[in-house]
Amino acid sequence: MERLLTIKKLVIEGRWDDNIKVLIDNVSLHLDRGEVLGLIGESGAGKSTLGLASMGYVRTGCHIASGSIEFDGKELTKASENELNLLRGNRITYVAQSAAASFNPAHRLLRQFVESPLRHGLMDYTQAKEKAIELYRRFNLPYPETIGYRYPHQVSGGQLQRAMIAMAMATNPDLIIFDEPTTALDVTTQIEVLATIKEAIRMQSGSAIYITHDLAVVAQLANRIIVLKNGKLIEEGITREMMESPKEAYTRDLLNVRRQRKEASQPIEDVVLNISNVIAGYTKETTIVKNISLKVHRKRTVAVVGESGSGKTSLARVITGLLPLWEGKIFFYDKELPPDAAKRDRELLRHMQMIYQMPDVALNPRQKIRRILGRPLEFYFGTTGRKKENRVQELLDLIELPSDYYNRYPSELSGGEKQRVCIARALAAEPDLIICDEITSALDQLVAEGILKLLHDLQNNLGVSYLFITHDLATVRAIADEVVVMYQGEIVERGNKRKMFRNPSNDYTKLLLSSIPEMDPDWLDNLLSERQQEGKSIIAPS
Amino acid sequence: MVGVKKIKNAPWSAKIGILMVSITLLTALFAPVIAPFDEAEKVGDIWLAPGGKTILGTDQLGRDLFTRMVYGARNTIAIALLITFLAFLVGVVTGLMAATVGGWLDMIFSRIVDVFMAFPALILTLMILSILGTSIPVLIIVIALLDATKVFRLARALAMDITVMEFVEVARLRGEGLRWIIIKEILPNALPALIAEFGLRFCFIFLFISALSFLGLGIQPPAADWGSMVRENAGAISFGIFVPLYPAAAIAFLTVGINLVVDWFLHISAQIRAQ
Repeated sequence: MERLLTIKKLVIEGRWDDNIKVLIDNVSLHLDRGEVLGLIGESGAGKSTLGLASMGYVRTGCHIASGSIEFDGKELTKASENELNLLRGNRITYVAQSAAASFNPAHRLLRQFVESPLRHGLMDYTQAKEKAIELYRRFNLPYPETIGYRYPHQVSGGQLQRAMIAMAMATNPDLIIFDEPTTALDVTTQIEVLATIKEAIRMQSGSAIYITHDLAVVAQLANRIIVLKNGKLIEEGITREMMESPKEAYTRDLLNVRRQRKEASQPIEDVVLNISNVIAGYTKETTIVKNISLKVHRKRTVAVVGESGSGKTSLARVITGLLPLWEGKIFFYDKELPPDAAKRDRELLRHMQMIYQMPDVALNPRQKIRRILGRPLEFYFGTTGRKKENRVQELLDLIELPSDYYNRYPSELSGGEKQRVCIARALAAEPDLIICDEITSALDQLVAEGILKLLHDLQNNLGVSYLFITHDLATVRAIADEVVVMYQGEIVERGNKRKMFRNPSNDYTKLLLSSIPEMDPDWLDNLLSERQQEGKSIIAPS
Repeated sequence: MVGVKKIKNAPWSAKIGILMVSITLLTALFAPVIAPFDEAEKVGDIWLAPGGKTILGTDQLGRDLFTRMVYGARNTIAIALLITFLAFLVGVVTGLMAATVGGWLDMIFSRIVDVFMAFPALILTLMILSILGTSIPVLIIVIALLDATKVFRLARALAMDITVMEFVEVARLRGEGLRWIIIKEILPNALPALIAEFGLRFCFIFLFISALSFLGLGIQPPAADWGSMVRENAGAISFGIFVPLYPAAAIAFLTVGINLVVDWFLHISAQIRAQ
């Protein structure tokens, strides 16, 4: 096999103010032609930095301190800007995580597709256009002849991602670098994009580097896998071997993710939240929440599952009163709630708390932790002074954070720690119900596991109920008692979690369940051939 | 907030700016101590060259130029500072309220501001001053209200970005009142940009007062003021005496100094936001 890329003892450093941080610490790897190398690790491990370094690119503020990067015989660390520009977008292309951020919203898709091949003088406009249409067709995009004339905002997330992969193939590159291409997508959309990537790699018979934090996904595509942590190479191996017998403890942790299960089911007690025939929307023409009814019991967790556009977040806003409902009623214990949050009294608001997906914007960056946690105590209970300080310390203990954190600003905490603070803020009000809106979706899997375990313990000790909104079925398995599946504003299936996972009755639920990536490297191939046999499209019905 | 360490790490342009502004402010503060003569005291012949008793020479009435410059700094800066404070008080409060409450309140405030901004500021001010007279209180209130419109626009734009953040929603869902949300949640996040704007506004107001004084409608004689001094001594140019350039240079000096500091401040606030 011909060697395509060799990285030897690479050290990349980043400079911020007067601090120097080592981002890539002495990493060596190699890639042959026709191989797919998986690069996995958590946020901050250095995967993107390493992926970009394969193109000889470092982000602003960073520099290559030492080491060599050799692509097809050419030493990239010593290459001139011109030489690098000839390679990039031509022989090495990059597929970013967010297609929406990578496409220029002011230009049509086709125009952006042809930009690279034209600029590198590889083909003329007509040839490039034909290639685009061919690729769009291979990737199952709707209306392949004309979709190129649309703007990025006129296609869906999954379609845009596929268009970006097509764009990366425009120049027949030797190496494609995929940087978390499916992380931002729904589970069902992820399948179609993974299938596309598999097809793309096969078509171009070149090489690829696939970067992700999801071991199950990378196992579907990669021949070899490299595990990164804090810029260091932890383990390297052939996919099947690594999945069956990982050598390092960290790799084992990553493999064991998604194995958490909630087993014991509690006896059913009072109904805490009763939503009855609720209909709501944002404008008169579009109804987002179509006749939803559900109940949450004390000390139980109800998971609301759905993908983007299912209406689950809107449902949360209806319950909290930010989106007044049009019809139906909401009962808290047996008190009817006014539809508008502004009309609810303080006690009512106290009993129902909400935690958000992005802890970065859910915490005021100009307030210290002691103020963030202390305010609900002052506001709801009138606690002040020494009593308040003590209670803040208790809360910090509950969420397993060190006591000196009370003097920190949110920017001094990690993502997982910030989310814990959000949980503590909700707990400070001593609520009966906490609505969790995708609270683990923005976190690394290992960190998210910690949060889920914390929530579980809190429920056992404090008796709080959760309405857990998520799109991730693995999370549902870990935390829910009952499950409600939403699709396009309606509940399509509901019931006990165990029953639903074993024996789903609704087609959409079956689709969702089958779309969770498994740790088996053959899972994707099996799934695709299964679906092809059944004649089902791999795209969710619209 | 800006600590001593930050000032040490500031780029040299900011340090120069701080120096320039400090010199001017200290001169204004200690004017009676620094000035060798009285504000309106005649010390010699008209337009004398620098030398002897006078460091910079005399003006068109024979008063010491240096003294006039020092007192001019004091008068203009004092009034400009007061006006800027007032403009900010009105502008920030209304701007933050408009963004947070939204709806009809936002619309009413915004449309009033639109009307005021439709008039060229100088013309509108001249009109009002010629009707109401040029006493200092009137001057202060009129210019403050006019400049408050620009502060309103900025404060509102800043607050609009902040109110959509989830932590504001968290406060609302808690049941917090408008006062808490504006003062504790929104204002701290808008502060860096507002402080930078304060410096810029001060410059513009300073220049505006100087322009009005040059036209005869600002600070009245015999009070010293850089703008009036340019006007009063304008005739000297025809004799090849560059006296009017001294107060003009002083105006430029202060403006440049403040701009250098403000640039640095904006740089810091952009860094804070990037974090």
